[in-house]
Amino acid sequence: MNLLRSALIPLLAVVLAIATGAVIIELSGLNALEAYRALFDGALADRKGIGRTLEKATPLVMGGLAVAFAFKAGLFNIGGQGQLVIGALFAGAVGYGVTGLPWIIHMPLALLVGAIGGALWGMIAGVLKATRGAHEVITTIMLNFVALNITDWLTSKVWREPGVIVRTPAIEPSAEIPRWSELPTGFALSVAAAFACWYLLERTTFGFEIRSVGLNPEAARYAGISVSRIVVTTMAISGMLAALGGAIETQGVVGRYEPGFNAGLGFNGITIALLARTHPLGVIPAALLIGAMEAGGSMMQFKADVDAEITEIIEALMLLFVATPILVRWVLRRRETSDISVGAHWGDA
Amino acid sequence: MSTLTRYRWWILTAAFLVAFTLFTAEFQQPQTTAVLAATLRHSTPLVLGALCGILCERSGVINIGIEGQMLMSAFAGFFVASSTGDLLVGVAAGIGCGMLMGAFLAFLSVSLRGDQIIAGTVLNIAAIGLTSFFFQQGRTLPSGKTSVIKLGPLADLPVAGRVFFSNRPITYLTLLLVPVLWYALFRTTWGLRTRAVGEHPSAAETVGVSVVRVRYMNLMLGGGLAGLGGAYLSLESVGSFERLMTNGKGFVALAVMIFGRWNPIGAWGAALLFGYANAVQTQFQFRGWMADDPQFIGMMPFIVTIVVVAGFVGRARPPASIGQPYNRE
Repeated sequence: MNLLRSALIPLLAVVLAIATGAVIIELSGLNALEAYRALFDGALADRKGIGRTLEKATPLVMGGLAVAFAFKAGLFNIGGQGQLVIGALFAGAVGYGVTGLPWIIHMPLALLVGAIGGALWGMIAGVLKATRGAHEVITTIMLNFVALNITDWLTSKVWREPGVIVRTPAIEPSAEIPRWSELPTGFALSVAAAFACWYLLERTTFGFEIRSVGLNPEAARYAGISVSRIVVTTMAISGMLAALGGAIETQGVVGRYEPGFNAGLGFNGITIALLARTHPLGVIPAALLIGAMEAGGSMMQFKADVDAEITEIIEALMLLFVATPILVRWVLRRRETSDISVGAHWGDA
Repeated sequence: MSTLTRYRWWILTAAFLVAFTLFTAEFQQPQTTAVLAATLRHSTPLVLGALCGILCERSGVINIGIEGQMLMSAFAGFFVASSTGDLLVGVAAGIGCGMLMGAFLAFLSVSLRGDQIIAGTVLNIAAIGLTSFFFQQGRTLPSGKTSVIKLGPLADLPVAGRVFFSNRPITYLTLLLVPVLWYALFRTTWGLRTRAVGEHPSAAETVGVSVVRVRYMNLMLGGGLAGLGGAYLSLESVGSFERLMTNGKGFVALAVMIFGRWNPIGAWGAALLFGYANAVQTQFQFRGWMADDPQFIGMMPFIVTIVVVAGFVGRARPPASIGQPYNRE
């Protein structure tokens, strides 16, 4: 019952967003039903489509987890994009630069280096917040731009494949995350990460401390929890999660690092985390939904002539319906504000 | 003397920047003028975004959606100007679009009392989605972008003439808006009410100021300013609309606002600093310095933002009620 109730609002938000999207498609003189059918065909009709959906959903799960995890400590990590490209590039560098290792060591090693890179990158914003009171919303966005420039430079100057295209050389087969008959096994890794996050947050002392800081930093400090330690470690874990999404993309899908292959993933993480009501396990269906929309987008463009960007509008609408209290109040008939609060500590150190 | 010591960092920074400008320009007057003029141009959208942030935050509402407001207004302004052929109508459309988005932000965060940061993020994501979907390649401005207006004999002054007195209309308007908003905020009843609502809403309400009305009004006015900033980008700076053309300027504007300590004049000074970082970047490219590694020049403004936010936010105090939805009981 409880589960049903908490799933009701996201479900309604999704339905409303898709309906509004249909209106927009019809208004621009195209056939919405045809468009959605093409979208569905492209995403779920056959094994190939499902594989594509899972492929798209994997970094989305990780990006959603990164945002949701930080939310639990009252932090808003908009830096998923930067953390992701760092993870993707570092995994790619280890994937091609280290040779002669067996798969059982090489593949996890590349993932690990990508994860550490993202953790350190996420930690910068955490340290700036804990020591200087710099709000993470601004610093993570700025760090996104810095990360894009740094990865661009590393790709074009340091780890570049000889030739015209700016990209790193292909990774060794021993660093690849294999496919299981068209289906990317990287998705299973992201599901495992979601369960790990859930366990960490709900079943450990550390998770309790994180949630305490998120609910009331003053009370947490009074209870003897070091708020700055929690802020720094939470940002590091959040960055690590986003970076793992990038590393899996490199090792399981692209096979190398190419700049620009993952533009825009950072913002999707926010939509997904809020659709999941910041629950780590709720992130999985939310990411599958957005992943399916992205996987089917090109089919929709091809068959129904509807611009694939419509999926971005539908995602924004989902975010609007799920994050604003309109639905909450209407459905639950409660006079309450949003259950997610990150704005209350804007000026705090 | 005390004034001198109080402002010693500003004076030292300014002196350093002037020396650095002369150095990068190799002591040639046209080069120096070019850098300074570019500084003013680059600072314009940042000033407008920061003024938007100041109006919103002074009344107690965080506006993280400035980026989205600017992007959407840049699109609306360009779309209207290119279909009507009238730049003035385009600019008005940009301002109107920004005001609408401001009203929407107020609806989400003031009326519905939702989380302000999430409400702003909704604006940002919606703006990216809508502008990307409705963007059409190949549209142009039949009249070209706004033209340079030379202010008579003032424009013939050696350096200041080119820097201050031969600009395009929105740049002039921005230079005018800074002192006007400073005066309005600190010397008028409206300003007093705005600040009261931002510092202590329930006290303001007790003396008969409607918190909801003040916040709605400020968010819409602020949205209009951000909209003007958007119109500046598409109609005055670039002359067309490009996807994601705000490129983080709305967020840099927030840093500018913090650096300027929620004061229009301070924000103008801060925006000039950021504008300068951009102008020097262009100068570097022009000189061919670091031509092999443009990425390091490209990330300069963003690193400056991080340093500024990390270095100053601890000492600057935001309005007290910021971020909290107001509940009249």
